[in-house]
Amino acid sequence: MSDFYLVYKNLTRKPLRFFLTLFAIFIAFLIYGTLTSFERAFNAGVELSADDRLVSVNKINFTQPLPISYARRVQSVEGIEAVVHMNWFGGYYQDPQQQVLTFAVDEENLMNVYGDDLILSDEHHAAWHQNRQGILVGRAVADLHGWSLGDRIPLNSNIFSQDDGSTVWEFDIEGIYTGSDPQVDTNGVYIHYEYFNETQSFGGDFIGWMGIKTVDPALNEQVIKAIDEMFVNSPFETETVPEKVFNKGFIEQLMDIGLIITSVVFASFFIILVIVGFSMVLSIRERTNEIGVMKTLGFQSGRIFRMVLGESMLLAFLGGGLGLLASTMFLGFLNSLPQFPVPDIILKDDIILQAVGVMIALGLITGIIPAVNALRLNIITALSRR
Amino acid sequence: MTDNILFDLKSVDKRFQKGREIIQIFNGLDMQIAEGDFLAIMGPSGSGKTTLLNMLGGVDQPTGGEVWFDGSRVDTLSEGDLARWRANNIGFIFQFYNLMPMLNAARNVELPLLLTGLSGKERKERVATALELVGLSDRAGHMPNQMSGGQQQRVAIARAIVSDPKLMLCDEPTGDLDRATADEILEMLQLLNREFGKTIVMVTHDPAAAKYAERTLHLDKGEFVEKDLAA
Repeated sequence: MSDFYLVYKNLTRKPLRFFLTLFAIFIAFLIYGTLTSFERAFNAGVELSADDRLVSVNKINFTQPLPISYARRVQSVEGIEAVVHMNWFGGYYQDPQQQVLTFAVDEENLMNVYGDDLILSDEHHAAWHQNRQGILVGRAVADLHGWSLGDRIPLNSNIFSQDDGSTVWEFDIEGIYTGSDPQVDTNGVYIHYEYFNETQSFGGDFIGWMGIKTVDPALNEQVIKAIDEMFVNSPFETETVPEKVFNKGFIEQLMDIGLIITSVVFASFFIILVIVGFSMVLSIRERTNEIGVMKTLGFQSGRIFRMVLGESMLLAFLGGGLGLLASTMFLGFLNSLPQFPVPDIILKDDIILQAVGVMIALGLITGIIPAVNALRLNIITALSRR
Repeated sequence: MTDNILFDLKSVDKRFQKGREIIQIFNGLDMQIAEGDFLAIMGPSGSGKTTLLNMLGGVDQPTGGEVWFDGSRVDTLSEGDLARWRANNIGFIFQFYNLMPMLNAARNVELPLLLTGLSGKERKERVATALELVGLSDRAGHMPNQMSGGQQQRVAIARAIVSDPKLMLCDEPTGDLDRATADEILEMLQLLNREFGKTIVMVTHDPAAAKYAERTLHLDKGEFVEKDLAA
């Protein structure tokens, strides 16, 4: 028998109470692990944004177009390695509910700007390049719809139409790309801008935005200034920002995920703090007499203090560990769903470390009051309570 | 019983403050307990029996005077040193047994041995011996709630003797037991005193229990009136 055995036996002496408090902690850490991983996945676009990439959009709003001539003009700015222009196609496959993130791009430069993130074989790249109706699809979207290389697929647009009024374009899958990191989103597809521009019935020769790769991140400020000054006082002024800033702003426009997640996690932890703290205080109060007996037998107050604190720590680590384990399994399950829209959600090491920190804090906060009460407990008073 | 003085209380005072009132329990109490003694302390409620027992056991401190144990002064020890002293020298037996409900009999008996440097194997051997001595070898794996009151008190006795203390302090050890079981427990205490030389101080309300002791002291209003009932 050891002190740990005593801690364990004390903790589990009332199985129902032990199970319920353990379950409360389990749920809190399940929520914590899952939501924090979701937040990371949503922010992966920001985290994975390259420091040497910029995005240039219409200064009024990023939904407003820019003339296609801007891409050529921007290319001449000193410090720029490559520029790719893009248009939002508004695509869906078969059913408007099945949205496909479709971009009409300048196929010459896509990989020059985004080649660090997108992995595409030279063979696929060349095939896509040569076929005007070719489409480059991400691995996730290909798996989702069961597409293979060589398939001809119809994509609808909920924005554009062709001269004959049709909103359907047909494309040949010439390449499938993957991500250089599991969290790189491979839900997007890329079509030729020229083909799109020639076949759509309105708004020709306009682009949505430009992706820009600079020679060196140190030149970013200088390049941003040069681009925006180039088009100042024109009908289409630009606003150029680092890709990280653009992606962050884009996500924040959708919703403040960080705030939502922090609020939910905070609320769940506050509730379990109250539940577990109350349960621990109650548990130690019920054992006042036993603590008095242990002190009478010669157990030092400090040792009893450590045992009580050990109980709350063990509870926090058991519940927290199981919660994180369940979170990992749940995320694994979500990742295995082909129709799940968010790229790989992973319970990363730093989230686990943070969670361990929270477990320690939880154990200390819920255990400190009963532990101090046990430490200060007078033997005579304790033995008089039954 | 030998002539060696195990406990020596010199002019011990004990007072409590209750609200604005000061309650004097002992005022210059002198007392000696010889090694190997089996002493019963009787007296009406509020006479100071339990307070005296608590002071002998080092769980309560006198307000004045001196308490000596085996030639060393113990009333000046710090809380930590007192805890160590109790672990090394005193075995406690309570009226309501005070066993740990989540531990089986063997684990309950082993509890005081966690305060020693004994190995797991040595602890196991000592626990087996103590349980055998109280006749509960076959109940080692039983939980307290699976045992009768008498059996629980015997486990408590095994817990009190397992670390081989010089002194055993018993607070109404038979107060919760029927007559026959009480007699068994008292015979066991007598055996521990006579055969194993344990010094025993027992507080009791029960004159029949006191008859098992070698001598009985009557405490009244914080003072002793000695009547040798065993004689």
